[in-house]
Amino acid sequence: MTAGYARPQALRDAPTHYCPGCGHGIAHRLLAEVIDELGVRERTVGMAPVGCAVVAYDYLDVDMCEAPHGRTPAVATGIKRALPDRVVFSYQGDGDLAAIGTAEIIHAANRGENISVIFINNAVYGMTGGQMAPTTPANAKTTTSPYGRNPETDGQAIRVAELLAGFDRVAYSVRTSLSSPKNVRETGRAVKKAFQTQLDRRGFAIVEILSPCPTYWHMEPEAALKHIDEVMTKTFPLGVFKDWPK
Amino acid sequence: MTGNDAMAEGAIRAGCRFYYGYPITPQNEVPEYMARRMPEVGGTFIQSESELAAVNMVLGSSAAGARAMTSSSSPGISLKQEGISYMAGCELPAVIANVQRGGPGLGDIGASQADYFQAVKGGGHGDYRLIVLAPYSVQEMADLTTLAFDLADRYRSPVMILSDAQIGQMMEPLVWHDYAPPADLPPKDWALTGAAGRPKRIVRSFFLYPGQLEEHNIRLQRKFARMREAEVRFEEINVEKAEVVIVAYGSAARVAKGLVLRRAKSGAVGLLRPVTLWPFPEKRIRELAGEGKDFLVAEMSAGQMLEDVKLAVEGRSKVGFYGRIGGAVVTIEEMTLKAQEMLASRGVRA
Repeated sequence: MTAGYARPQALRDAPTHYCPGCGHGIAHRLLAEVIDELGVRERTVGMAPVGCAVVAYDYLDVDMCEAPHGRTPAVATGIKRALPDRVVFSYQGDGDLAAIGTAEIIHAANRGENISVIFINNAVYGMTGGQMAPTTPANAKTTTSPYGRNPETDGQAIRVAELLAGFDRVAYSVRTSLSSPKNVRETGRAVKKAFQTQLDRRGFAIVEILSPCPTYWHMEPEAALKHIDEVMTKTFPLGVFKDWPK
Repeated sequence: MTGNDAMAEGAIRAGCRFYYGYPITPQNEVPEYMARRMPEVGGTFIQSESELAAVNMVLGSSAAGARAMTSSSSPGISLKQEGISYMAGCELPAVIANVQRGGPGLGDIGASQADYFQAVKGGGHGDYRLIVLAPYSVQEMADLTTLAFDLADRYRSPVMILSDAQIGQMMEPLVWHDYAPPADLPPKDWALTGAAGRPKRIVRSFFLYPGQLEEHNIRLQRKFARMREAEVRFEEINVEKAEVVIVAYGSAARVAKGLVLRRAKSGAVGLLRPVTLWPFPEKRIRELAGEGKDFLVAEMSAGQMLEDVKLAVEGRSKVGFYGRIGGAVVTIEEMTLKAQEMLASRGVRA
């Protein structure tokens, strides 16, 4: 008997530390599938962020580098410039990419660094215990916005995919979600396109993935998926914001 | 050639092909030189968005197995401390140059040696050490930069060049030596190049499970102990006969050397010039203290290296201090008065 749905080669057979219903496991798998499909496992170098996915390097079976919180795109730049024929991706959360690492992501995008960025947006800091993220929608309660995020004092959620699409040297910017099997497949296609963009040397590519965090959204996993569709996408519409040149 | 240009060219001659930096006076000649020169040698220059980005680009290129460098001046070096700590933890070789200016805060752009503590005692978080090289001439800006790359590769560790505005900006003739990396440098069998025909590699400083991090730190400390054993470098002038030994590095050592040479006849004053500020020539200083010599520490700070000299002397003899602060430079007249004072207290007229 052969397995119809086997583990990708780029994903290690290891138990993860992620919470039940977390999106990181799905995103890791999609990433590993794409690396397998494109046959680039042996020439890929990945970047793990600081955040829940900090030990992504224990799960993905490719060369991986750590980066200080938010500096992931700068480290990826250093690797890609040294090894232009390797496939370099960074995997970042919303605190890493859209708060402490805002300068690094904007300037890597503006330089058109030929890297692929996987951006997990779950609108909350998971690793540190559920604090407000730069992508936390208005009025949402977190441990550091106990009365709900107040746009008057905390600002509004940052829409990264739209923001980065505005830079001339960004080739591909898209937002997808993990809320349903259909959306998971869509996300897989987007990740593949982001990698293909790099292989074609078209420049900077980012896939923003709306991902569930049942633990800090204080929801059952199923309700968290529903929350993405019914609430999160109101702030973060799915879609392709840049695909250049087509 | 200026000291800053010599440092940049020294790096290129050492095979550095990746330089990342951000403008700050008085080290702008380094990124400007690299911007011109790197395209000529097929290297990469990026003017980064910040010092944080620059040092982390260095981290990336180093993780990929390349020789990489960044430079800055005091306020910018404060920003780089995050990346330096990560590179120390991840065991990545790199060269970081600090062309010091006056502080604290934005300070001024005058020559200073007030970042000694930051360079020598850690700077970033965690238990780590950096080899710190202190050039005192344009020649050494070139030579010690080249050496820094070899030491970084030998120990898989960031190495700092601690210079200052005066050494960086001044012009002197220099001689270029042919360079080849030492044959006994360890292979970079940890570099991230893609897991082709080998197990994957991870560059990390994060260890989640109990005991792992302590074990990692014990290994790092063993490495620092090896550096301490093998890499102490210093220069001595007229130390054998001296009653008072001036301890000075960088710009201050130039003035001290002038003083010692001017008074060479009397022989009462000598110079011990640390070339490595860490590891520090503490054994030699202790030895000289044991011979009954007194010390005059001269530096452009409120007394930072002074503490290391006192630690080395362990109360065996007198340790005097002469310093100028806030971007002011030491003068030979003031240093002479201080040396004479110390000699007089020993009953020596000089």
